[in-house]
Amino acid sequence: MRIVASLSLLATLALLAVTAHAEPIAIVGAKVHVKPGQVVDNATVVIDNGKITAVGANVAAPAGAKVIDGKGKVVTAGLIEAVSAVGLVGVDLESSSVDGRFGATDPVHADPVHASYDARDGFAPRDITVGVARTGGITVVVAAPAGALVAGQSAAFALDSSTDAIRAPAAMHVDLGANGAAGGSRGKALELLREILDDARAYGRDKAGYDRNQKRRMIADHLDLDALQPVLAGRVPVVVGADSEADIRAVLRIAADYKLRIAITGGAEAWRVGKELAAAKVPVFLDPMQNLPGSLAASDVNDDGAAVLDKAGVTVGISTLGTAGMARTLRQLAGNAVGHGMPWDKALAAVTTVPAALYGLAGRGTIEKGNVADVVVWSGDPLELTTAAETVIINGKVQSLETHQTRLLQRYRK
Amino acid sequence: MRWGIPLVVTLCACTPVRVRPTPPKADEPKLDIVAPWLDPEAFWPKGTPEKPRPLADALADPGTPPVVIRNATIMTATGQAFDKGLMVVDKGVISYVGPADDVVPLPAGAIEIDGTGKVVTPGIIDAHSHLGVYAAPAAQANDDGNEMTAPVTAQVRAEYGYWPQDPQIARALAGGVTTSLILPGSANLIGGRGFTVQMKPARTAREAAFPGAPSTVKMACGENPKRVYGGKGGPQTRMAEYTTFRTTFLEAANYAAKWNAYEKMKALWNEKRLRAAEIEGKRADRKRKIPGETAPEPPAVDLKLETLAGVLRGDVLVEIHCYRADEMANMINISKEMGFKIRSFHHALEAYKIRDVLVKEGIAINTWADWWGFKMEAYDGIPENAALMTEAGGRATIHSDSAIGTQRLNQEAAKAMAAGRRAGIQITDDMALRWITANPAWVLGIDSVTGTLEEGKRADVVVWNGTPFSAYARADVVIIGGTVAYERAKGMRASDFELGHGVLDGTASATPATAPTAGSATKPAADPMGAPR
Repeated sequence: MRIVASLSLLATLALLAVTAHAEPIAIVGAKVHVKPGQVVDNATVVIDNGKITAVGANVAAPAGAKVIDGKGKVVTAGLIEAVSAVGLVGVDLESSSVDGRFGATDPVHADPVHASYDARDGFAPRDITVGVARTGGITVVVAAPAGALVAGQSAAFALDSSTDAIRAPAAMHVDLGANGAAGGSRGKALELLREILDDARAYGRDKAGYDRNQKRRMIADHLDLDALQPVLAGRVPVVVGADSEADIRAVLRIAADYKLRIAITGGAEAWRVGKELAAAKVPVFLDPMQNLPGSLAASDVNDDGAAVLDKAGVTVGISTLGTAGMARTLRQLAGNAVGHGMPWDKALAAVTTVPAALYGLAGRGTIEKGNVADVVVWSGDPLELTTAAETVIINGKVQSLETHQTRLLQRYRK
Repeated sequence: MRWGIPLVVTLCACTPVRVRPTPPKADEPKLDIVAPWLDPEAFWPKGTPEKPRPLADALADPGTPPVVIRNATIMTATGQAFDKGLMVVDKGVISYVGPADDVVPLPAGAIEIDGTGKVVTPGIIDAHSHLGVYAAPAAQANDDGNEMTAPVTAQVRAEYGYWPQDPQIARALAGGVTTSLILPGSANLIGGRGFTVQMKPARTAREAAFPGAPSTVKMACGENPKRVYGGKGGPQTRMAEYTTFRTTFLEAANYAAKWNAYEKMKALWNEKRLRAAEIEGKRADRKRKIPGETAPEPPAVDLKLETLAGVLRGDVLVEIHCYRADEMANMINISKEMGFKIRSFHHALEAYKIRDVLVKEGIAINTWADWWGFKMEAYDGIPENAALMTEAGGRATIHSDSAIGTQRLNQEAAKAMAAGRRAGIQITDDMALRWITANPAWVLGIDSVTGTLEEGKRADVVVWNGTPFSAYARADVVIIGGTVAYERAKGMRASDFELGHGVLDGTASATPATAPTAGSATKPAADPMGAPR
C-alpha cells in the first residue's frame, strides 16, 4: 500500500512537473549534429523539461509532443558567442546604453584595474540586441567587459531573457590593448599586470593583515583583489586580448609563472605561436575575417589564421569579439574560417563546444542526451549565408524570433 | 579658340608653334586645372576647370593579351546567365560572351582559363570605400580620410590622401573588387571629392585612377558632423547642418553666377575686338586694346566653390552619407531648392521607409546587409532594406565602408538576398549580383563601360570557385581592364610596405599566406605592376 501510495504521489508530482513546464518537443527527421563530428541523418531530437531526453535515428516522438518537422533541416546546438557585448552595449555611441567599457583612449594605462566589475550588474536581458542575436542562432553569450588592462568579470547568459547568469564569473578579462604603447611601453603594461597579480596573491595570503593595514601599498582596491582570488586559484580563466606575437608570448610566460588558466582573444599574430599555444593548451578566440595588418604592433596577420592554428593543434574558438549588433553574424565568421581551410566540424566546435569548455558551461554546446536543450533548427548549412535559424530553443523553450527589426519590416512592408 | 597663333603662322610660314600642353597619355589622366599661364586665353572657359577625360578611355588598353574563359557559369548582371559559357576578352574589352558552343573566332595567344565548375561575374564595385585614405596599419601618420578642420571642405580630394601602398588594397582585390569609390570621411557636411579607383597595384594615385570616371563629392548629414563640430563652432544641431548646406550652396550659386556674368562680358569684349579689327582692316589679336575700355577681369577662383558650382552644373555626382528617412527627405528638398541632383544616399538604413520617394526621384541607395544599431541614426536598420528598395523599382547597392567588408561584398549581397527572400520579396541571383556590380557602376557614373559582362564593355571580371553567394566562396582569378590582376594560386601581391616582413612577402613568412587550392589559371605572368617605366 505504501509503495502504491508513493507511486501515485510520484505520478502526481510528475504530472505537476509536466503541466508546470511546456509540452515536450520533438524535432523529427533532421540532419542532427549531436556534437561536432557526430552527425546523424534523419534523426529525432526529443526535448522535455528543458533537457535533451533523447536523440538519434531510431527515436520516436513521445505522445503529446509538439512536433517540429525537421525534414531537409539541419539541427545543431545553439551557438555560443564567446566574447560579447550583447546586453552590455546597446547603441555604441550613446553612453547611457554602454556598460562595461572602460578607458577608451588608453585601456592599459589610463584606468587599468576593474577586476571587481561584474557583468551581471550591467547585463540588460531584454536589450534589443538580445533578440537580434537570437535570430542568428545564438543561444548563449558571454557578456564581457573590455577596455582596461583588467576589465573585469564576464558572465554567461542564456538569451531567453533570463535575468540570472548561467555562469558567473565566467572569466576575468584582460585587455593588452591595440595601442598599448600609447601611454608608455608594452612591457610596462605587462609589468603592471604582474604587479596586480602579485598584490592579489599577497592579499589572498593575508587578508587579515590587509584589513589591519599591515600590508604594503597595493595598486588595486580590496574588491579587485578579492575578485582575483579565484583567478589565482585557477578556478576562473583569464581571457586576454592580445594580438602581437610578443604580447602573446609574454602572456604565456605570465600564465606559467602564476599558474593561470588562460585563453587568448584577437590573436592576430597567434598563428606565429601555434606550437607554444598548443603545448600550453591555451585556446585562441579569433574573428577569421580580421585579416588586415591592423596595427604596427601586430601587422603579421595571416589570411587563414584559424586553419593554421587548428593544424598546429591549438584549440580555436570563433567570436565577433564584442560587437553587440553583429553577434548574429557569428556563423558567417565560422563559415569564412571553413572557406580558408578550417575543417567544418572544427568551425562548428569553435562556436559551440570550445566556448562551453573554456567557461565551464556544463551541459551546453552539444545536444547529447541529458544536456540543456539549447537547440537550433536551421533551414540548411548553418555556416552558410542564405540559410536561416528557423527555430531557436533555449532551456527547452521555443523562442520568439520577433525583434525590433521584424516589427519595422511588418510596418513598412504593406 | 586661340587667337594670335595664326599671326605667327603668317609671319614664319612654317609649322605652327604649339604653345598648348601636349595631350595626356592614356594612363595619365589630365589634370583638371590647366595652369593659366600655359594658355591665358583658355583660362577658365565657362568658369569651369573641369575638362574630364572621356570615359571611353577606360576601354582602350591595346597592350593587354587576350583572355579566354571556357565552360564556366557566366552571370552577366544583365538578367542573363550562361550555364556553360564562353567569354573572350581582347584588348581589355569583352569581345564575346555567350554559350560555349557558339562558333567564335578566338584571338591568338590568349590566356586560357578553364572555368569548369567555376562562376564568372563582373568585377565587384564598392561604392563606398576608404581604402588608401584610412590605410592599414592604423597609424596616425596614415590617417588621411577626414579633413576635420571645417564642416565644409569641398575643395579637398580623396585622391590626395590615397596611399597606393595600403596593404588593404590587395586584400580587396583578392575579394573580387575591381573598382572602388574612395570617399573622404563623414565628419564634414561636405567632405570633399571622391576618387574612383581601380584596385590594382600602382605607384601613384593617378596610375590607379579609373580613366575618365566622373567627379564625385561626398556630403554627410546627421550625427557625425554635429558630433565632430558641436564643440568647435558648430554645427551643433541638425538645424544648423541643413542651414549650412543652404548657405553654402547659395554661396556657390552666387559664385557660378559671377563666372557666368564674366563669360558673357568676355564674349562681348571679344566681339568688340573683332569689330574694331574689322574696322581697321587688321587681324584681331588678344593684345588689341579698345580705347577707353578695359578688358573684363575674371573672378578669383575658389576651389571649394568650384566643386559646388560643378554640382550645380551637374558635372559632379553627389554622394550623401545619410541614415534616416526624414534626413534623406531634407536633403532632397534642399537639392530641389538649390537646383542640384543627388546621385545616391550612402548607408541609407531607413531608405525602405521612403522607397517610393527615392524611386520617384531616381536616387540610388548604398547600404549594408546587416549593420545596424551602433548609433541612434542606425537604430532602425533592417536586413531587407536593399530588397525592399529593389522590389519598389529602385536602385540599391551593397557597399562596405569597411576594409574587412569590402573583401566580402559577395557574401554581404548573399545575406541581403536571403533576407529579402525570407520576407517574400522576389530577389533573383542576378538582382543580388547587380547590387555589387551594375548598380554601383551607375552610382559612380561608369555604367556605360563596366559593371556587367557584355560585349564592348571593359573586362572587369571575377572567376569564383563556385557560387559567389556562399561563405565558402573565393575569387580564383580577378581581371581588371583585361589584365589578370590577381590569381589565388599565386597569392596576393605584397604592398611595398609589407616587403621583408609580413605574411604576404614570401621571403619572411613561415607558412604560405593562403593554401593554394587550384592550379595556376594562367601562364606564369610578370608582376602585374611591371617594372617602373
